[in-house]
Amino acid sequence: MSPQSTPKGAEGLRADDLTLEEVAASKSRGGGLAGWLDDRTSAAKPTSYLLKKVFPDHWSFMLGEIAMFSLIILLVTGTFLTFWFVPSSGKVIYNGSYVPLKGIPMSEAFKSTVDISFDVRGGLIMRQIHHWSALLFTVSITVHMFRVFFTGAFRKPREINWVIGTILSLLAINEGFTGYSLPDDLLSGTGIRAAEGFIQSVPVLGSYMAFFLFGGAFPGEAIIPRLFTVHVLLLPAVIIGLFTAHIVLVAVHKHTQYPGPGKTNENVIGYPFMPVYMAKAGGFFFIVFGITTLMAALVTINPIWLYGPYDPSPVTAGSQPDWYMGFADGALRLFPGFFEFNIFGHTLSLNVFIPSLIVMPLLYSIAGAYPFIESWVTGDKREHHLLDRPRNAPTRTGLGVMAISFYLILFLAAGNDLIAIKLGLSINDITQTFRILLLVIPPLAYWVTKRICMSLQRRDHDLVLHGRESGRVVRTAEGSFFEVHEPLPEHQRWALVQHETLTPLKLTATVDAQGVRRKSTRRERLRAKVSSFYFADGVQTVSPAELAAAHHDGSAREALETEQDSGAPHLSAEEWVGQLHGGADERPETDAYASHEDGTEGGPTSPS
Amino acid sequence: MSEHGTEQGLVEGSGGAPDRFTNPGLPPHVPRSADLDERAARRAERQVATLFSVSMLATVVFLVAYFAIDQKTYQFIPGIGLASLSNIVLGVSLGVSLLCIGLGAVHWAKTLMPDTEVIEDRHPQRSSDEARQDAVETIVAGGSASQLGRRPLIKYTLGGALGLFAIPLLVQLTGSLGPLPKADLSTTFWRRGMRLMRDPEMTPIKLSDVTLGSVFHVMPEGIDKSPHVLEEKAKAAVILISLPPDAIQVPKESAWGVDGIVAYSKICTHVGCPVGLYEHRTHHLLCPCHQSTFDVTRDAEVIFGPAHRPLPQLKITVDADGYLIAAAPFLQPVGPSYWERG
Repeated sequence: MSPQSTPKGAEGLRADDLTLEEVAASKSRGGGLAGWLDDRTSAAKPTSYLLKKVFPDHWSFMLGEIAMFSLIILLVTGTFLTFWFVPSSGKVIYNGSYVPLKGIPMSEAFKSTVDISFDVRGGLIMRQIHHWSALLFTVSITVHMFRVFFTGAFRKPREINWVIGTILSLLAINEGFTGYSLPDDLLSGTGIRAAEGFIQSVPVLGSYMAFFLFGGAFPGEAIIPRLFTVHVLLLPAVIIGLFTAHIVLVAVHKHTQYPGPGKTNENVIGYPFMPVYMAKAGGFFFIVFGITTLMAALVTINPIWLYGPYDPSPVTAGSQPDWYMGFADGALRLFPGFFEFNIFGHTLSLNVFIPSLIVMPLLYSIAGAYPFIESWVTGDKREHHLLDRPRNAPTRTGLGVMAISFYLILFLAAGNDLIAIKLGLSINDITQTFRILLLVIPPLAYWVTKRICMSLQRRDHDLVLHGRESGRVVRTAEGSFFEVHEPLPEHQRWALVQHETLTPLKLTATVDAQGVRRKSTRRERLRAKVSSFYFADGVQTVSPAELAAAHHDGSAREALETEQDSGAPHLSAEEWVGQLHGGADERPETDAYASHEDGTEGGPTSPS
Repeated sequence: MSEHGTEQGLVEGSGGAPDRFTNPGLPPHVPRSADLDERAARRAERQVATLFSVSMLATVVFLVAYFAIDQKTYQFIPGIGLASLSNIVLGVSLGVSLLCIGLGAVHWAKTLMPDTEVIEDRHPQRSSDEARQDAVETIVAGGSASQLGRRPLIKYTLGGALGLFAIPLLVQLTGSLGPLPKADLSTTFWRRGMRLMRDPEMTPIKLSDVTLGSVFHVMPEGIDKSPHVLEEKAKAAVILISLPPDAIQVPKESAWGVDGIVAYSKICTHVGCPVGLYEHRTHHLLCPCHQSTFDVTRDAEVIFGPAHRPLPQLKITVDADGYLIAAAPFLQPVGPSYWERG
């Protein structure tokens, strides 16, 4: 085991290690703590199964890990905070060490938060880690969701996990809202004030719901303790339960992987949990925790002592919620007031009800339903463990970017006052512009994204057919100049040719063999239409025959291909011709740019 | 629908060549320098150990700083400003100690742990037909063994009991959470004859104090003695604005004011934020939460933003001592809309 015993580095060192048989022999007595545990739990089998579990490597798989680790940090720091936080609206006069607030009446919740910030040693750092990691939690969940969407990781068998993740995301932002409302400062109190207004807008039941929730008139003394219970008990319990289910399903399904050489739908290629991922993921937890702590040390967040205690009368200009509530606040700002109606002596305040209480669950329901919509459109009942490259699913990617652009405009609209102040523009113009952009940008984003994806697919197509530009310019015997293109190595090419080309579903005859009209054709016509919307203008994946045809499209190529394949380094000027697919005057019908629009490119193997 | 399922899939090929390329398999493994060179491996080992040592050092710094630095020490730090020294030193040392453990572990994994990829097979999620059949049979057999289907009396009484047992829980919850709203949302602390008091000083306002163009944040007299100060303030907040009398375009607005001095509820009719921003030049009131804009010269009508209703006006007058008083309580509910508002 001594490092000196072999000069061969880590590889040699590992070769030096005990073999499995030796380890087994040394431990076969069944003693020790592990043996004691296994005698009582039969944990040996699941332990070795889990330790051997293989995880594929990719930076985008760390996004979900950031969310998981932020959750752990939140639980740790949150538990700390509960030791000093007093969830009460009871009135006290401040007499702590923060001078500007001395003598001011405030709630116990606010006072204890100020005390945590100024009088509890290390309290401020815990508070700031907690708030920063809450922001990181919601950011990483969102970006993780984007990754899963754009790579198609929600497809069978993972639809349930997508739905769980969607619910987790919704719970996370509500957990965030209940959390930042607890200090009872002026900013968060204004948020609760608005929330009370939202609840009042519920048709028929609104004022009752508000009075039940607040234990009477706003603000009352009940809301802070109730929010506290929801924040530290109810929501965390549900989140942890769903999170556990989320992780168990990841283990059951085994992680998805990006397409690449050797990777198939029937295997998972990567590194075992023990030791590689134990070190990598375990280390990553400390990295996330460390970076969050550094942010908390160096960047102030939510300085509630500057806002002061909540009072219903004053308000600060530029009141904004935390980022993850921004889209809902933006929706509220953009929704025009004329949606409030008086019907039969009752007020129906849709201008508040829709943006505040309908938009959020609606957007999340659409997100949650997407896997089922797409699988209905594709009619695909197979399991998918290989991820899509986003460009290879142009319509899905376009729809995703459309949704993100919609969300982003709502998010930016929540800062319309700040934009107006910083840019010196009229708030009315900005709001009107956002109202129009909200309707115009998403379809545009869809269209642009889809075209970009298809362009990227064609570039891949071209790259496979014509190879890489080598930078070498050759003059032929006839005197024309060409740049030599080198064919892609097999391992690089695979990632570009492994995916299927999806074609739209076609309607079968609407009349059966006996001449009787079949039922439910309307539903099928709709399905065919949506399918054609998804796949009608798909770019064909290159097939071997197509590649061969591209190589054989000139007269002098046959011999040359063989020569090239056998690795001949030098070719005569005449023989170069066969490799010159990028040549200016060489635009055969099989060229990637020649005839995509009518779908006849691709040589003899392409279906017409 | 199901007959379409099979139409989706691969492009059909022809011409003798295969339809698809074949998977070339894993590329050959390329060993890292630390795998082959003992010096590189030792270097990596030292780097990992250094990171772990820095972490230990940072933990020591944290412990020393925890006891040594006073909570109330403030230090100017370039780029940050005046900041709590304790917070910065504790946070940075804790952060560095955590970060270095993480960086060390990841560096260790990337340089010294095996990087040969391992292949694990997948299996379909679907259980075997036998297992499914077995599950179905167990459920069916258990169901019939319980005789639930054949003993309707049990079936219906059980259904009734299970259907009812949740009701007490719901009744307890809804019945005890809060009182009924009754008239609470439609009334405020304002009564006829109450003086308008400056908020938060709670001093009365003399007509002669109100110069042209001035704005006062106002609360009703005696609200600070109310047993529910915040609840009352959340409804009773008023903004008093002195306009040039000829600027007012609505006769009712002038009639409810005094010499161009008008009082409006400060609670936004959208979701209830205080409408705190007054623009002197245009006489517009702006809500800082969602930017609803009210034109004070036109009876606080909404001219922009998501609110729908104008701010309710408080009818004011002057008492014998020259102080501004309410001539009547608010005649309509203030604040956000609700169903029974009418």
